[in-house]
Amino acid sequence: MDTKELIINSVQEKFSKAVEEISDFRNDLSITIAKDKLLDATKFLKEDSNLQFVMCKDVTAIDWATRKNRFTTVYHIYSFKLNFTLRLKVNIEENPPVVESVVSVWASAEWYERETFDMYGIEFLNHPDLRRMYMPEGFEYHPLRKDFPLLGIPGSMPLPEKME
Amino acid sequence: MQKTSNVYSDEKLYKKLLEDKNITIEDALENEMVINMGPQHPATHGVLRLVLRLDGETIVKAIPELGYLHRGYEKMAENMSFVEFIPHTDRLDYTATMCNNVAYVLAVEKLAGIEAPKRAQYIRMIMAELSRIAGHLIAIGTFAMDVGAITMVMWTFRERERIQEIFDRVAGARFTTSYTRIGGVASDVDDEAFKMIKNFLDTFEPALKEMDDLMLHNRIFIERLEGIGILTKEDAIALGVTGPNLRATGVEYDVRRANPYLFYNEMDFKIPIYTEGDCLARYFLRGDEVRESVKILYQCLDKLPQGEVMANDPKKVLPHKTEIYSRMEELIHDFMIINKGINPPVGDSYFSVENPKGELGFYIVSNGEGQPWKMKIRSPSFCNLQTLPLVCKGQMISDVIAIIGSLDPVMGEADK
Repeated sequence: MDTKELIINSVQEKFSKAVEEISDFRNDLSITIAKDKLLDATKFLKEDSNLQFVMCKDVTAIDWATRKNRFTTVYHIYSFKLNFTLRLKVNIEENPPVVESVVSVWASAEWYERETFDMYGIEFLNHPDLRRMYMPEGFEYHPLRKDFPLLGIPGSMPLPEKME
Repeated sequence: MQKTSNVYSDEKLYKKLLEDKNITIEDALENEMVINMGPQHPATHGVLRLVLRLDGETIVKAIPELGYLHRGYEKMAENMSFVEFIPHTDRLDYTATMCNNVAYVLAVEKLAGIEAPKRAQYIRMIMAELSRIAGHLIAIGTFAMDVGAITMVMWTFRERERIQEIFDRVAGARFTTSYTRIGGVASDVDDEAFKMIKNFLDTFEPALKEMDDLMLHNRIFIERLEGIGILTKEDAIALGVTGPNLRATGVEYDVRRANPYLFYNEMDFKIPIYTEGDCLARYFLRGDEVRESVKILYQCLDKLPQGEVMANDPKKVLPHKTEIYSRMEELIHDFMIINKGINPPVGDSYFSVENPKGELGFYIVSNGEGQPWKMKIRSPSFCNLQTLPLVCKGQMISDVIAIIGSLDPVMGEADK
């Protein structure tokens, strides 16, 4: 059986209702999962003996700006057994932008999720250490959101206070 | 001024001195100490900051702080066309600029559905491998320098300098090359440059042997690194480590072999593997990879076909400058590509290549316009740095320098 068919069949068999969309663009297989089934699906993908997606390569998000579900979190996971990179997507609404953390499944997601939180303000539930990755602690905005201007917001960077 | 004089009023100072008087050396060593390393530490390869909690000289906990070189390339990419972003890829991993150029254009070509001519792809392969050698030479040299072998960095930089001269001849710039274009490369490589590459390869082998003789007969160097900073296979996979750091733990994963791009599937090369996973294994592995790159380069030079170096796809690929000045059609296309962009179809794609530091991936989301809706750079240095708290734990403070040197992060890439 083809690798893609194998993945699609096993995911659909297990999570038939939770699979929202399956797309295959430019030979990249991408599966959209319902938000509440994310943790179950990731655990299944990692632990199933035929799939074994043991490495999480990347976690990021997309800001769609005008859609009803404003954000999409994107996970790139890799299986050494199948030699295949799969893209998982989860659509989440704008208020509040909350999604379950996958650190318990893939330890590498810790920093990726911190980066995503820093850049998009998406809160990852049960994340062990959800701090900003790049921006300073006192920064209030999330720079990769589409409503954040390219030139930045004047006065938003905390500077040392003047000595009296 | 009033505030400061209050703090150091005579009475308080006297009290403080009385307290200090009773502290002995044993008290000081029994307490845990928190020290700050970097971001301006010469051995952290850029602006990496580490906060270390020490028990005596042993590390209890290490926390890396990133972001001192954060330039927001992902935000900038959303506000410029695909062509405009090529020079910015030079500034990601600035020790191997050509590799980044190649990776980026391949990612865009995958999304837009462009295929570069065969000669251009071979030239890209040659440049990427030369760049890999340059990147590894810096990694080896600075690593050896960090642990005290200063001669090594002179020797590796001497060899790297010759690669930079080749880049100067080929791309017109030694360091910020920006050589590749979407659909090909900026200009063809002339015979003089090929002569330089051949000359470099022929004399590089003896130079490598010389370096090996210097380092491998050095007991101080070997004993300093053996068994230090061990990363196990399971941890490496769980933490998303790629590149030489992963292969030093015994996992045979190289993107050039796993998902071959360009013409790597036609090349005959080995993927060096070490199972120890310590600093010394990571050092040896880079040396071995350089030798494999030399092998690939010889094969590329043998097989290099003749032909065009830019694809013939007027709506997506920039025409040559001389044609823009002499032909109407090309002028229009150039105007449209520069001002409106190449407009890839709606969709998203992820493409990754094997860089000297690991797997560099570009995840690009297009909404059909000239600028990417989103671009995520999956930088290997960022992912490799995540192992630092784990690897440093329980080691001596002097080994932190060796561990950072052997993990070989480049902050331009880790901070994006």
